[in-house]
Amino acid sequence: MRLRDTLGFAFQALGSHSARTWLTLLAVGLGTAAVVLLSALGEGARAYVEDEFTQLGTHLLIVFPGRNETTGGPPPLLGETARDLTLDDALALTRARGVARLAPLSVGQAKVSAGSREREVNIIGTTADFLGVRHLSMAQGQFLPPGDPTRGHAVVVLGKTLASELFGHHQAVGGWVRIGERRFRVTGILADTGQSLGDTLDDLAIIPVASAQALFNSPGLFRILVEARGRSALPGAEAAIKDLIRARHEGEDDVTVITQDAMLATFDKILKALTLAVAGIGAISLAVAGVLIMNVMLVSVSQRTAEVGLLKALGAAQGQVAALFIAEALLLAGAGTLAGLGLALGAVQGFNGIFTSFQLVIPAWAPIAAVAVSLGSGLVFGLAPALRAARLDPVVALTGR
Amino acid sequence: MVQPASGESAVIELTGIERRFQVGDQVVAALRGVDLTLGDGDYAAVMGPSGSGKSTLLNILGLLDRPDAGTYALGGVETTSLNEERRARLRRERIGFIFQSFHLIPRLTAAGNVELPLTLAGVAPKERRERVAAALDALGLTPRAHHRPDQLSGGQRQRVAIARATVMAPELILADEPTGNLDRASGEEVIRALEGLNARGLTLILVTHDPVLGGRARRRIRMADGAVAEDLCA
Repeated sequence: MRLRDTLGFAFQALGSHSARTWLTLLAVGLGTAAVVLLSALGEGARAYVEDEFTQLGTHLLIVFPGRNETTGGPPPLLGETARDLTLDDALALTRARGVARLAPLSVGQAKVSAGSREREVNIIGTTADFLGVRHLSMAQGQFLPPGDPTRGHAVVVLGKTLASELFGHHQAVGGWVRIGERRFRVTGILADTGQSLGDTLDDLAIIPVASAQALFNSPGLFRILVEARGRSALPGAEAAIKDLIRARHEGEDDVTVITQDAMLATFDKILKALTLAVAGIGAISLAVAGVLIMNVMLVSVSQRTAEVGLLKALGAAQGQVAALFIAEALLLAGAGTLAGLGLALGAVQGFNGIFTSFQLVIPAWAPIAAVAVSLGSGLVFGLAPALRAARLDPVVALTGR
Repeated sequence: MVQPASGESAVIELTGIERRFQVGDQVVAALRGVDLTLGDGDYAAVMGPSGSGKSTLLNILGLLDRPDAGTYALGGVETTSLNEERRARLRRERIGFIFQSFHLIPRLTAAGNVELPLTLAGVAPKERRERVAAALDALGLTPRAHHRPDQLSGGQRQRVAIARATVMAPELILADEPTGNLDRASGEEVIRALEGLNARGLTLILVTHDPVLGGRARRRIRMADGAVAEDLCA
């Protein structure tokens, strides 16, 4: 028997029990859509995180005060805390091997006011290089002036939201704001940055790092963002930074250096595992749909015993009868999968059209896996009913006993 | 295709056929040592009361059932030792079945039902269409080709079944109570169609409990208690 005829016969058989066929198609379709959508959700999350990290700048190293690893030994008797990471440390790092530029960060919260308007926002104290290291751009005016970072100029760069909150439609650049006890001249406004790891850079004020240290009365830096000379320079730069800080901190390894790659890789690993886990949950629903296929096929075989007997009388061998029923199961699985893929694709496009900040991404393997699982379960669960049909005694089948 | 052999050759040779069934904890012998030879182009009626073994005999003749003992040669091929695949092939190529309840597939049209044996045999679509058209035409069913069985009368359904039985050009037609579900006029129509096939050289075996119908056959085989009780040639 020709393959086309086998499929055609199976198709006609399915068409003659339309309600049963449609319900099974629905189950397989929903299972397929579940696999694809869940994996698209996971992959979307992964892509989102990756995108956020790339926005932070490539070849980036982040230096934190304190250590993220503990070693053995007794606890210190005297209250010994990790040494602060200072501005001098940061300045020393500019000369470290492999370092292109860096931006020290001193972060805190303070009230910012202009005239009668006042807001409490995050204040970042940093240097002129922050703009380049973070790949930011200006909407208006100038960023912090280059020059000696230890000098605290009274200038401020405002985030877009903050600028409009404080100044409304008035010209902000050139105006004055009060932060804490000091007055700062507004030199520029940041361009719209969107989201960055959930934090907006639109609602903050950026002042020179020395000014921030004075404002918060703290010599310690929140962290130092270091841009390496290139991707290949990252490991060298990391070692050089550690060596230099150790030398400056009397032999203590009291900073943590994270490369952006390492962070990205960690998130990547977590989110990939998550994606596989949710896709697995989807696959279970697909396998359940397979059980449904088996049920439908068993009903079909028992309702069509006379037909099976006839096929045998007309000269269909056991293998042919089995092939006809397996073709039916595979057609159910295949058509259901196609419908499910269409459904998932439509849902993803609809979602992405509505939510622009978070995009679902269908990973390439997801439709392949869905088709494989679906056809596989169709085959596995279609086999038993098909063999039952093939083994029917034609004499018994024809008399309908 | 198998050409009808010359008149003197035997299409069917049964020797010492035995068939037993297990019914509960009892073994019932449905056929006890049946010997039967049918020549090419024969027209035989197998008659007898129910339980006489005529249906079992027909199933064995149609290769749907295997005897427990004895040999069955169909067209010179010894069949009892063949595997299922080969037996299916013989059924397909050499035997046409006519059933009391027609056994048409309800979702297929008349043409689709007639086409089925050709499809199972893997015949190319173009040749299938030609042979189906010819088979339907021979039985006067051309205007009904695209009707489904539920749109056909009983006599038309049985004629579709006859077209299906002949489309593979078999040498043997096995008809099990072909008029059992039909009124007299339709039954007559169907019997004439079958006798027309016999007149063209096909061997026709008819199982019936209707003595009038059986009386039309040139050879009348009466079964009783699983054995041939009477074998008359007209």
